[in-house]
Amino acid sequence: MRDVAVVGIGTNDFGELWEKSLRSIWAESALAALSDAGVDSVDLITIGCMSPGLFVGQEHLASLLADELGMAGVPASRVESACASGGLALRTGFAEVASGLSDTVLVTGVEKMTDVDGADATYALGSAADQEWEGFHGITFPGLYAMLAQVHMQRYGTTSEQLAAVAVKNHANGLLNPHAQYHLKVSVEDVLASTMVADPLHLLDCSPVTDGAAALVLTTVERAKELGGDRPVVKITGSGLATDTITLANREDLSELCAVQLAAERAFKMADKKPEDLHVVEVHDCFTIAEIMATEAIGLFGPGHGASAVEDGQTSLHGKIPVNTSGGLKSKGHPVGATGVAQAAEIVSQLRGEAGQRQVEGARVGLAQNMGGSGGSSIVHILEVE
Amino acid sequence: MDSPARAWREFPQRYRLEASKCTACEKLLYPPRVVCPKCGSSTFENITLPREGTVVTYTVVRVPPAGFTEQTPLPIAIVELMEGLRVMVQIGDVADPSELEIGMKVRLEFRRISWDGEAGVIFYGHKAVTA
Repeated sequence: MRDVAVVGIGTNDFGELWEKSLRSIWAESALAALSDAGVDSVDLITIGCMSPGLFVGQEHLASLLADELGMAGVPASRVESACASGGLALRTGFAEVASGLSDTVLVTGVEKMTDVDGADATYALGSAADQEWEGFHGITFPGLYAMLAQVHMQRYGTTSEQLAAVAVKNHANGLLNPHAQYHLKVSVEDVLASTMVADPLHLLDCSPVTDGAAALVLTTVERAKELGGDRPVVKITGSGLATDTITLANREDLSELCAVQLAAERAFKMADKKPEDLHVVEVHDCFTIAEIMATEAIGLFGPGHGASAVEDGQTSLHGKIPVNTSGGLKSKGHPVGATGVAQAAEIVSQLRGEAGQRQVEGARVGLAQNMGGSGGSSIVHILEVE
Repeated sequence: MDSPARAWREFPQRYRLEASKCTACEKLLYPPRVVCPKCGSSTFENITLPREGTVVTYTVVRVPPAGFTEQTPLPIAIVELMEGLRVMVQIGDVADPSELEIGMKVRLEFRRISWDGEAGVIFYGHKAVTA
């Protein structure tokens, strides 16, 4: 395998972008990444997008978007793994460059979620669960994660205050991210006083509905050195992908996320790294409980210890291992197909030392964990400064 | 998806709680599958699930999807009916959701599940009630 580097990142504002279409937000982030990399042509475009059919009534996205960029003729493919579609697009691009099939790849993620109303957005997101044996009964995504939270609380004594601490931390980080959807300071009391969505999860335990796109340019380390000038070269040293049964009723243990654990183990093995080697981490906090369970699955904390770690400030910006410096899905926003790409862009930004007010000093090794549905898929990438 | 064809083909599982047991490794499957996910065998015997079980986890959905707006708040649980077999079901007849707890004993009853979706299909199946 060839060594792969990220030479360009493109992130724009996330939010309720009523004045923009899927194709325009996608093209803006793609152009930003190409400009950041200093390249004007690529061998392949990969696109992570969960459900353009249900959110904007558009399929055949890869050709549509290649053309939108003036690149009709260039190979392009859309990949899907629910909310982990962006991470899957990154892994696809990584594999293309590592294998030698492509030299330079534009990796993108996009979701335009506000062209439909709340009920239709809930339905589209619900299609990431088992529609026949879960959705049939009226369960929602907050409901599925609420079921995981109930088990975690019963087994480990995790509290609603500890769940709220995740939201408080991530909103504090989001205040420092100019592209975040919400620049909003919240307290534990605010979270607990917000509307109950699915017991025990309140509205402020949930990530929002968001329009957004993100992009990366991947190439060989040799070319990255030519393009980069004085900029540090950020390599992707580990990539892990795993699946699990989607249906929660078929999982033996609801207190853990096996797909995340497997994907992380595979990424750590490829990178020859351990959880203790990480300096900065982005995890898939679609709900507050998801961040706690993901940090345990990655191995940052033992089973049941993720909740107290947040409460003790260990994962805060200046804590022992900062988690979700970008503000996470919670504050930055969660345009589902874009999320996995945006997480990696945050890690690149940190490793280059370009994260501004939310910079983790001396960060040299980072990890991004993206997750589909209620943990039915997960993708983990490890990035390092050479 | 509010599909009459899907509703029709799932009658055996929804109405009669038909499940299958792998003849090679005894793995229980609900709904039935083409291949056993545990041992790879493709031969099964039909079984009928028991109606009594224990709540493994639960929630109360307070922001419902389309088709369930009349039933909000909507308690839903994962119930273990046999060792190694769990199902997701609504919990019916709940006067006070704070009475729900992990480990509570429930019994499945045949009920109307949802009725105000776009195609007008009335879906029936099983809900759990306090045993």
